[in-house]
Amino acid sequence: MANKPENKIIVVGGGLSGLMATLKICEGGGKVDLFSYCPVKRSHSLCAQGGINACMDTKGEHDSIYEHFDDTVYGGDFLADQLAVKGMVEAAPKLIKMFDRMGVPFTRTSEGVLDLRNFGGQKNKRTCFAGSTTGQQLLYALDEQVRRWEVKGGVKKYEFWEFIKIIKNKDGICRGIVAQNMNSNEIVSFPADVVILATGGPGQVYGRCTASTICNGSAVSSVYQQGAEIGNPEFLQIHPTAIPGTDKNRLMSEACRGEGGRVWVYRENPETHEKERWYFLEDMYPAYGNLVPRDVASRAIYKVVVHMGLGMHNPNRVYLDLSHIPADYLERKLGGILEMYDDFVGKDPRKVPMEIFPSIHYSMGGIWVDREHHTNIPGLMASGECDYQYHGANRLGANSLLSAAYSGTISGPESLRLARSGKLGEALTKAELEDARQECVAEFDKIRNMNGPENAHKLHHELGDIMYKYVSVERENIGLTQCMKELHEILKRWDNIGVTDHGTWANQEAMFVRQLRNMIIYAMAITKSALLRDESRGAHAKIVLDDKGERVTDEKGDLVFMPRDDARFMRTTIVTFDAEHEEPEVSYREFEHSLIKPRLRNYAVAKKE
Amino acid sequence: MAEQKKVRFVIERQDGPTEKPYTQEFDVDYRPGLNVVAALMEIQKNPVTADGKKVAPVVWECNCLEKVCGACMMVINGKARQACCSLIDNLKQPIHLAPARTFPVIRDLLIDRSVMFESLKRIQGWVEVDGTWEVKDAPIQNPYTAQTAYEISHCMTCGCCLEACPNVGPQSDFIGPAPTVQAYLFNLHPLGKFDAPKRLNALMEKGGITSCGNSQNCVEVCPKNIKLTTYLAQLNRDVNKQALRNIFDK
Repeated sequence: MANKPENKIIVVGGGLSGLMATLKICEGGGKVDLFSYCPVKRSHSLCAQGGINACMDTKGEHDSIYEHFDDTVYGGDFLADQLAVKGMVEAAPKLIKMFDRMGVPFTRTSEGVLDLRNFGGQKNKRTCFAGSTTGQQLLYALDEQVRRWEVKGGVKKYEFWEFIKIIKNKDGICRGIVAQNMNSNEIVSFPADVVILATGGPGQVYGRCTASTICNGSAVSSVYQQGAEIGNPEFLQIHPTAIPGTDKNRLMSEACRGEGGRVWVYRENPETHEKERWYFLEDMYPAYGNLVPRDVASRAIYKVVVHMGLGMHNPNRVYLDLSHIPADYLERKLGGILEMYDDFVGKDPRKVPMEIFPSIHYSMGGIWVDREHHTNIPGLMASGECDYQYHGANRLGANSLLSAAYSGTISGPESLRLARSGKLGEALTKAELEDARQECVAEFDKIRNMNGPENAHKLHHELGDIMYKYVSVERENIGLTQCMKELHEILKRWDNIGVTDHGTWANQEAMFVRQLRNMIIYAMAITKSALLRDESRGAHAKIVLDDKGERVTDEKGDLVFMPRDDARFMRTTIVTFDAEHEEPEVSYREFEHSLIKPRLRNYAVAKKE
Repeated sequence: MAEQKKVRFVIERQDGPTEKPYTQEFDVDYRPGLNVVAALMEIQKNPVTADGKKVAPVVWECNCLEKVCGACMMVINGKARQACCSLIDNLKQPIHLAPARTFPVIRDLLIDRSVMFESLKRIQGWVEVDGTWEVKDAPIQNPYTAQTAYEISHCMTCGCCLEACPNVGPQSDFIGPAPTVQAYLFNLHPLGKFDAPKRLNALMEKGGITSCGNSQNCVEVCPKNIKLTTYLAQLNRDVNKQALRNIFDK
C-alpha cells in the first residue's frame, strides 16, 4: 500500500453527483481535488424538492423494481439506454438506506419507517422524501461526509473556483484542467489522472428558469468545444408548475400534485354553459390525472392557456390548488415550499390556489457518456445532470436525485479503475500546463478589456427570450431555423460586449462574459438538434407545417404534431462542434433498448390495460 | 403613461478586503414582486449610479434565489437576511445594503464565510458511517425525533445568526449559534449519537457553548425559523451532564 502511487482525480462540481463520486474515490484510496463555483453545500441539488424514487414497497402496493424500470423507460419515451436505467433502479433502494444511515431526516410514518408519496408517471407510491426539501437534505448528508474526508485528508476543496477548460496530453487524453479563483481571479493549471465533470444543467441558457444562477452549462459547453460529444441536447424538461418571476421561475414541486393538488382553470361548461372549474388534466388523462409526466402536463397547460385562451391572461397562469387539503397535513408534507410561495408571492397557498406556469427545469441531454460514464475523450468523465444518461426524452419527477447520486457511485469508482489501468499515457508536462494556463489568462485579459456597446447581462436576457420563443414546449422547423440565425447574430454581438469592470479582483462581470459565450454555443447545439429531429418524443413536440409553412390543425382545430418515428429517430442525437464554422454537427447513434419493447405512450389509460 | 416608479438603493461598497468602504446610490425601476437580488441584477444590466456615473457592477453572491442555498445573506436596512426573499414592497426606502461585516469582506457585498464551514469540522458535524456501501438496514427512527432533526437540518449556513449575535466577533472565539446547534442535530441520530460525547466535549472548549450569552438575537433572525435558543439550551444541559460524566469517569 505504502508504495502505491497516489491517484489524483479532479471532480468539477459539488452537487449530489460530484460529492457521491468524491466519497467513492476517497473510499477507494484515491485523492480528490474538488472544484466548485460555491461552497459545495450551496450547490443546486438542494433545490430539488419532492423526493427521490426507489422501490421500497412499504405501502402494501407490491411495487417492484421492474415497475420502476418500466415507468422510467416508458416515461422517457423509449430514448433512454435501458441497461443504464436498469442499473439505476436496482441500486435505488440501497442508496436510500445509505442516505438514511448518513442522517437524512426523511419523513417517516407513525411506525418510524420511511414514508412514500406519489409522483408523476408512476402509479405506485415510490418517492422517498424529506418534507419538501429532499434535495437539500440529501446534499447536506453528502456534504457532511465529504467534510469528514476533508478532515482525513482525502479531499482538497477548491470552492469559489471556476472550471475553464480541460487540458489534454499529446495523445489527446484529458489529464488536467485550467481553473480560475473567482475572488483573486488567479488562473491556475491542475494536473490529475482523471477528470470528472459533475457540473449540472444548462438552465441559464434560457435565462429565467427553475435553475440556480450557477447552472449555466458553461463547463459542458467548454468541453464540447474541445471535442466532447453532446447527447440529446434538444430534450429539455419544462416543469409544468413553477411560479413565474422576472429574476427566476421558482419551482413548485410535483409533490403538490403527489399529495393531492389539482390543476384547473375556469371555463364555460360546454353543456350547461355555466362557469365552472375545469380540472383539465383529470379530464384529459383519467388514468393518471394530475400526475401525468411533466412533458404531458406542460403541453396540456400550454394548450389550455395559449391555444384555448382559458388561462388567466396577462400574464398567463393556471391554478394549482391545495386549499382543499387540511393545513396540518400540508405543513408536514410540503411545509418548505408553501412557505416559499408565501415569501415570494405574498399569498398563503393553504388558503388560496397558487398561480403557476410551465418553466424550463432540467436537461435530459448533456455530455454523451457510456454506461461507465466515460465521455468520448479518454480521461474525461461526466456524471449527474451534465451527462445525457438515464432519462431519455423525458425525466420522471424524483428520478433526478436518484440519477445524480447513482451516477456518482459509477463515475467515482470507474475513475479510479481508469487511473490505475495504465492506459492514460503520460502526465502533462510543465510546459503543457503552462501553455494551457497562458491561453486562459490571455482570453481573460481580452475579455476584461472589452469596450463595445453591448451589455453582457442584457444580451443574456435576449438569449433567454429567443430560446423560450423558439425551443420551448412546442417547436416547429421555421421557428427553429430562425432561432439558429438569431443565435449566430447573438454570438456576433458577443464580440461587441463592453465591461465596466476592468480589474482583476472578484471580477464577476468578466467571468460572466466568458460563461455567456459558452451558453450561446450550447444554445446552438440544443436548437440544431431540435431542428433536425423530425418527430415528437417526450419533451420534444414538433408541430406539422404545410407546404406554405402554415401550422396544420385537425378537425377540432387542435395543432397537429409529428408522430414518434422509431424507425428514424429511436437513436441518440450526437452533437459535435465544428470549430471553424462555430456550428453544431448532428448525427445519430444506436443505443441499448432490447429489454422493454417500445410501445406508444398514453397516459389516458393505465399502463397494462 | 404614468412615470416609472423608482427604488433607491444605498449600497455600501468596498473594492477589496483592505480597501476603505464607500457608498453609492442606484435607482432601479420598481415592479411588483421585485426583490433585492432582482434589483442587483438590474444594476448589472445598467451599472450607472443615481448621479449618472458609470461604475463597475455591484459584486455579491447568490445561487438559488429560493431561500434555500444561503448564499445571498447580507445586511438589508440594518438586518441580516437573505436578499432573494427580501421583497421591495416590505422594505423601507431608500434601501440600505451592506456586507455582513462579522465576516471578512472580499468585495462589495461578497463575504468570506469559510469560518462557518471550519466550525462544522470542529463539532464533527456528520454521522460516522462505515462507508457508502451497503451494510444493513438503516435503523428505524422515532418520527417525532426525526421531525426535530428535519427542522434543524434546514440550516443553510447562511450566517444570519452569527451576524446578529453580539458574542460572535473579534472580542470572542464563539463559533456561533448555527454550527453549535448542528451538534445537537447529529446527537439526535440513532447512529450519530454514538459520538455525542466527542461533540459535547468539543463544545466545552474555547469558543464553545459557554461563549453563548443567551441574548436571543439568533432566533429572531434565522430565516429558516429554527428554534436556535431552545436547542442551545438543550445542548448547554447536555454539555454540563457530559462535564460531570467526565469527572466521574476519570
